[in-house]
Amino acid sequence: MGTFVVNTEQEQKQMLAAAGKSSFDALFATVPDSVKIDHLNLPEGMSELETAARMEGMAAQNTVYRQIFRGAGAYHHYIPAVVKRVTGKEEFLTAYTPYQAEISQGVLQSIFEYQTMICELTGLDCANASVYDGATAAAEAVKMCVEKKRTKILVAQTAQPETVSVIRTYAFGKDDPVQMIAEKDGVLDPEALKAALAEDSACLFVQQPNYYGNLEDMDAIAAMVKEAGAKLVMGCNPVSLGLLKTPGAYGADIACGEGQPLGLPLGFGGPYLGFMACTEKMMRKLPGRIIGETKDHDGNKAYVLTLQAREQHIRREKAGSNICSNEALCALTAAVYLSAMGPEGLKEVAKQCSSKAHYLQKVLAEAGLQARDAKPFFHEFVTVSETPSSKILEALREKGILGGLPLNEKEILWCATELNTRQAMDEVAEIVKEVRA
Amino acid sequence: MKTVFEWGAPGRRCTILPALDVEEQLPEAPLRDAAPRLPEMSETEVSRHYTELAGQVFGVNNGFYPLGSCTMKYNPSVNEEMARLPGFTGVHPLQEDETVQGCLSVLRTAEEYLCEVTGMDAVTFQPAAGAHGEFTGLLLIKSYHTERGDLKRTKMIVPDSAHGTNPATATMCGYDVVNLASGADGLVDLEALRAAVGEDTAGLMLTNPNTCGLFEKDILEITKIIHEAGGLVYYDGANLNGIIGVARPGDMGFDCVHMNLHKTFSTPHGGGGPGSGPVGCKEFLAKYLPGHRVTGDTGALRRERAEQCLGDMRAFDGNFLVVVRALTYLLMLGKEGLPEISKNAVLNANYMMSQLKDVYPMAFDDNVYHEFVITMEQSVKRGGVSAMDIAKTLLDHGMHPPTMYFPLIVHEALMVEPTETESKETLDEVIRVMKEIHEEAQRDPESIKASPKKAPIGRPDEVTAARNPIIRYRFGEETN
Ligand SMILES: Cc1ncc(COP(=O)(O)O)c(C=O)c1O
Repeated sequence: MGTFVVNTEQEQKQMLAAAGKSSFDALFATVPDSVKIDHLNLPEGMSELETAARMEGMAAQNTVYRQIFRGAGAYHHYIPAVVKRVTGKEEFLTAYTPYQAEISQGVLQSIFEYQTMICELTGLDCANASVYDGATAAAEAVKMCVEKKRTKILVAQTAQPETVSVIRTYAFGKDDPVQMIAEKDGVLDPEALKAALAEDSACLFVQQPNYYGNLEDMDAIAAMVKEAGAKLVMGCNPVSLGLLKTPGAYGADIACGEGQPLGLPLGFGGPYLGFMACTEKMMRKLPGRIIGETKDHDGNKAYVLTLQAREQHIRREKAGSNICSNEALCALTAAVYLSAMGPEGLKEVAKQCSSKAHYLQKVLAEAGLQARDAKPFFHEFVTVSETPSSKILEALREKGILGGLPLNEKEILWCATELNTRQAMDEVAEIVKEVRA
Repeated sequence: MKTVFEWGAPGRRCTILPALDVEEQLPEAPLRDAAPRLPEMSETEVSRHYTELAGQVFGVNNGFYPLGSCTMKYNPSVNEEMARLPGFTGVHPLQEDETVQGCLSVLRTAEEYLCEVTGMDAVTFQPAAGAHGEFTGLLLIKSYHTERGDLKRTKMIVPDSAHGTNPATATMCGYDVVNLASGADGLVDLEALRAAVGEDTAGLMLTNPNTCGLFEKDILEITKIIHEAGGLVYYDGANLNGIIGVARPGDMGFDCVHMNLHKTFSTPHGGGGPGSGPVGCKEFLAKYLPGHRVTGDTGALRRERAEQCLGDMRAFDGNFLVVVRALTYLLMLGKEGLPEISKNAVLNANYMMSQLKDVYPMAFDDNVYHEFVITMEQSVKRGGVSAMDIAKTLLDHGMHPPTMYFPLIVHEALMVEPTETESKETLDEVIRVMKEIHEEAQRDPESIKASPKKAPIGRPDEVTAARNPIIRYRFGEETN
């Protein structure tokens, strides 16, 4: 069996004696006998070598595609080598929440820098140190907007379904009403929004680019939401913010999103990174850790966990959120990624995503998969055809290509990133043509 | 240390991407009018900056880290290698089930192990941390009462020794929190509990061993009282390291539990996360579990919604790569290795406490489990050193301090959790240092109060930080 216990049996005996305990049983004396078990019904342990072989065997049962055209909330981007090297450093990996600021300036500063980068990307004033993922960030964000007389959470139907589901789950906790705002032609229906906005509206959650990759008419949406006195919460793809007008510039009160595209692997869904930013006005409603700059008694610059009076360990049942552990290492990853890419590099990723997606849309259309929505888009779009989605995807799969996400048997949600080559996109179009022939 | 924004120079960069191989096409929508002020750095500079930051971080691999309630055990290297296998990292969460049989096997196998360890019937891996697990567990309880139409159950009982996440979670689930005062012995007071329950009791949240490091010896009576009142009992698994392999929450009468894979199951804490907080429950609650259940036979595993699935706690199926690490650990330890964890964790704590209790007053000094709580209350009352002072002095001795000022029911608390992965020599050295600090505190308390002296910075001014928050870098702007 494997073990990470350090002390030998001999040493354990000495320690038992020194602690005045006659045996291990004596250590567990207050556990009632009736709940004690004499063994676990599990396989025997293994050496490291055998364990690794077993895990590698499981990994080998997964298909890792050579080209991925699926996004829908998890995006395949290139991760620079320096990002992996830096974030693999054992100090970062094995530390915990920086409660002891004096010996944790490295973690604290890295998160302070991350917060700054999120503010820069979103065009907003304040950011927190992360929450679990993009969907929980959205759920926490809409929760920040609920007030006594404004309890209704409006959610665009065009948002990622997983995000909507999480918003609903969080709302179920508090029994806050959630109202979906219908879509029209692949974007939020402005008429539906107008009809829904009322004096009891807390906020609108809208995703930009939306689930279908389409770009919402944010100027119009923002104006309507403001007019109604509700808050605007924008879910965004951080890579797109290298290029697109920021939530801050649209007048959003809160921006949030999934930080996974910033250097985190697909990893079958996690760990990911929920980022959140807001206006200064809402700062004290942000959930989770926030790092602040201050000084020590000698006047040296120092970073600390701050505004803790918001948090569960102080406010307990009056806290706005229960979050404690977050996704700090993922936030560090995003910060290292953004440092390595720089403003130009991030813009280049965004530009390549957009350009390639437009190219893919064009060659797919030529192959007979027409774009469903005639809307501006970023790096995802939906095609529609009479050829069953499953048939197309199966043919791609045989060639080691993960096609877009089937929304149903007619519609497929495609995504392109900098990792998709022109050659691969031409190949996809070719395969589609063959399937349709 | 320079901030990342003070490194580099305009025009510097890393060369990461090839030239665009298709025609450039920007989205037909408003673009940002100024680039984000991200650093412009060469790779040398990126590497140097973060290496400098890493030099001011203290992790388990730097030294003793007895942060009570957090189980800062050694994080095995093999876990990291497994979590970096391309067969796991390169898998999209929305791939078809046939193509992710390995991932589903990981979840299935981990579920089997964790069910056995906790005495539960089903586990969801969707929760991303302990607090998220608590939220999940209480929503299971809420779903149960709601389905039965038992809507008068609006109260959640939480002992005053509980972690802050417990009452905060109860509020997030719409419950009114009933704070249960602990007995003088640090345990649930049965009479107080009996008085607290009623037709409005939705449930009880309990940590066992509790946050005082003590096993609730009346646990069977406690769970019975709640069940007889019609409530359910939630197990906060933060302290599972103290009893793993020896006793199981499922056998104590708990209905659902969360585990912290980043505590008991050796996954790294990452400077604050990511963790993973899988939730286990008894069969009658399994139909409400969020996310997907893994069903079917080996080779033909599927993701399915539970019958009355309560929804999703987050997107996709949880912090999967953290589960990979935990499963690696579980497979390696197996049947005999798992009980060795708690035996040695409890032994190390008892050993340390026995050697320190003559000089440091213990809040509760018998039958502690994997952690013990020192109280500096008397010292502070005499004008002597505080828990904070002791903690800050430990920094100068190259170790991480214990958890301070928790649990709240112990004044001037220092909660020490050595874990099973520390050697006797390490503990002996810590004991020696703590005795030395005690002596110095008697002789020259002012010196202890002035610590740390060797850390990169002195005690920071937290009051100003909160009153006048600076929470992002000011690019040459005036600070307010
Ligand atoms: C007793 C207890 N419960 C719950 C939690 C919350 O766990 P997490 O930080 O993983 O959300 C903690 C974490 O420190 C804890 O010590």
